[in-house]
Amino acid sequence: MTLQTAERPHLAPSALAPRTGRKEKGKVGRWEIWVPLGLYLLFTLVPFYWMLVFAFRPRGSASLLPWPITFDNFATVWNDLSFAVFFKNSLMVGVASLVMTTVVALAGGYALARYEFRGRKLFMVGMLCTQFIPGAMMLIPLFEIFRVLGLVNSLWSLVIAETVFQLPLSLILISGFIRNVPVELEQAAWVDGCGRLRGFFAVVLPLLRPALVAVGSFAFIHSWNNFLFALMFVSEQEKFTVPVGLAYTLGEFSVDFGALAAGGVVAAVPVVLVFAVIQRYLVQGMSAGAVKG
Amino acid sequence: MAITTANPRIRRRLGRAARTPYLLIAPAVIAMLGFLVYPMASVIYYSLQTYNVTKPWDNGFAGLDNFRRLLFEDPLFWQSLGFSLKWVGVEVFLQLVFGLVLALIVNETFVGRGLARATVFSPWAVSGVLTTGIWILLYNPTTGVSRYLADLGLMQYGAAPLAGPDTVFWAAVLAELWRGVPFFAILLLADLQSISKELYEAASVDGASRVRRFVHITLPHLKDAIILSTLLRCVWEFNNVDLLYTLTGGGPAHATTTLPLYVAAKAVQSHDFGYGSALTTAAFLILTFFSIAYLRLSRFGAKS
Repeated sequence: MTLQTAERPHLAPSALAPRTGRKEKGKVGRWEIWVPLGLYLLFTLVPFYWMLVFAFRPRGSASLLPWPITFDNFATVWNDLSFAVFFKNSLMVGVASLVMTTVVALAGGYALARYEFRGRKLFMVGMLCTQFIPGAMMLIPLFEIFRVLGLVNSLWSLVIAETVFQLPLSLILISGFIRNVPVELEQAAWVDGCGRLRGFFAVVLPLLRPALVAVGSFAFIHSWNNFLFALMFVSEQEKFTVPVGLAYTLGEFSVDFGALAAGGVVAAVPVVLVFAVIQRYLVQGMSAGAVKG
Repeated sequence: MAITTANPRIRRRLGRAARTPYLLIAPAVIAMLGFLVYPMASVIYYSLQTYNVTKPWDNGFAGLDNFRRLLFEDPLFWQSLGFSLKWVGVEVFLQLVFGLVLALIVNETFVGRGLARATVFSPWAVSGVLTTGIWILLYNPTTGVSRYLADLGLMQYGAAPLAGPDTVFWAAVLAELWRGVPFFAILLLADLQSISKELYEAASVDGASRVRRFVHITLPHLKDAIILSTLLRCVWEFNNVDLLYTLTGGGPAHATTTLPLYVAAKAVQSHDFGYGSALTTAAFLILTFFSIAYLRLSRFGAKS
């Protein structure tokens, strides 16, 4: 936070003169950033590191370095504990939830941002109210519904439940973004002979990329991580998702810590990768879409 | 947002579009009616019934009997509600404080900022079950940090934070903090970035100290974001069961049972859906009243 005197001619150097020669008042020093940040990085990274050490070091080793490196734990988890199947299931549920959430939220968000219609307020309030519904407590009625629909033990039950719980915030976020796109841009496209739909795809959609990335990755990560729905709606082992599989490795009487850690790495890799790619958009997406509503 | 325009072509398009917004929101409305509103309504309906899958001969209308039982005959309801409040209060307060400090730090300009942000935010993406897996490794007396500290002679062997009724609470709090702080850091950083730099420059030219700038510029600007994020987080922490369910299972001896955990146990293990629904309804009412009161009392959206 240095003062740019060159760009501020009204702040003549003489006005700042008393300040020169000592540390600028209120400037944040280097150590003031790095000491707390270093401590916090330690708090963040030690748990991850612990998991990696246990996943990659041989059984029975007490070393704090994953050396000699071994992939035995991964072989156990991937093949014997069927994480290969869980991984595929989680991936399918995640991608399906991502697509459904994004498409439905895009349509609804556009309506909220661009149209004045009766019931608009009610729709907004209703969506906010859904945030207070305790997801964990909807298990019984949702289970009943899925039973009637014949979707118990189907991965679709997870996709639907995930999408529904992701929708309200996604929709509000996207509509905030669309509102930030000047309506004149679209109108120009209509004048040029585009229909609303073509105008939307040609003009608005490209500008929504940060919002779509944020919403889509939210949906994917949440669905990848969801535990309770997967635990309750699916009981056949070949339909398990990764968190359920992981919980079962925890539940054993004598926990195989190597397998637990390797399972953890399998569970972490996709979300951490997605997160690494999107985290810049995440902050942008939040600042443009949220709160301002 | 009424779109007024002189262009007749556009006006015609807007007029014709009277049905369009309803078609656009229809999928969202149908999904939410079917899978949120209807289930919620059925929970309220069942809360007024005696409904036990294992004792079908008793089923029928029960009036407010379930709620009478809940208020006057069930110490576990009050205990789990009390624990929920303690859990949510401690968790959200600590997450907010650490998240705010973290957001302020990574909002400064320094070398390696991008990488530092990505790293400290990353536990946000980790699931409750995975958090449990990692922290079980860290807390276990034979695999955990304590064993290696004991090897160095810094503490006694055999510390098992998850086994002791006194330590289990803070052990769970720390694990949840690990993945909860980034939520606040991300949201508050997003809001911090919308504060104009000129405000700070003007204030520091006027000789305002860093503390004064924080109190008079940063905090008022962040107010709405803080209110909204703490509210969302309170509801989320109240409802979220993944971590406690897998880390402590609500134990030892119900010491870490939140209300949703209690409901899940009641409904799933004892098949007492009527009573479970009454508990759910109570939790929903508590959350809704709390949220409205919180937004009112905090004067959300009011210009300061």
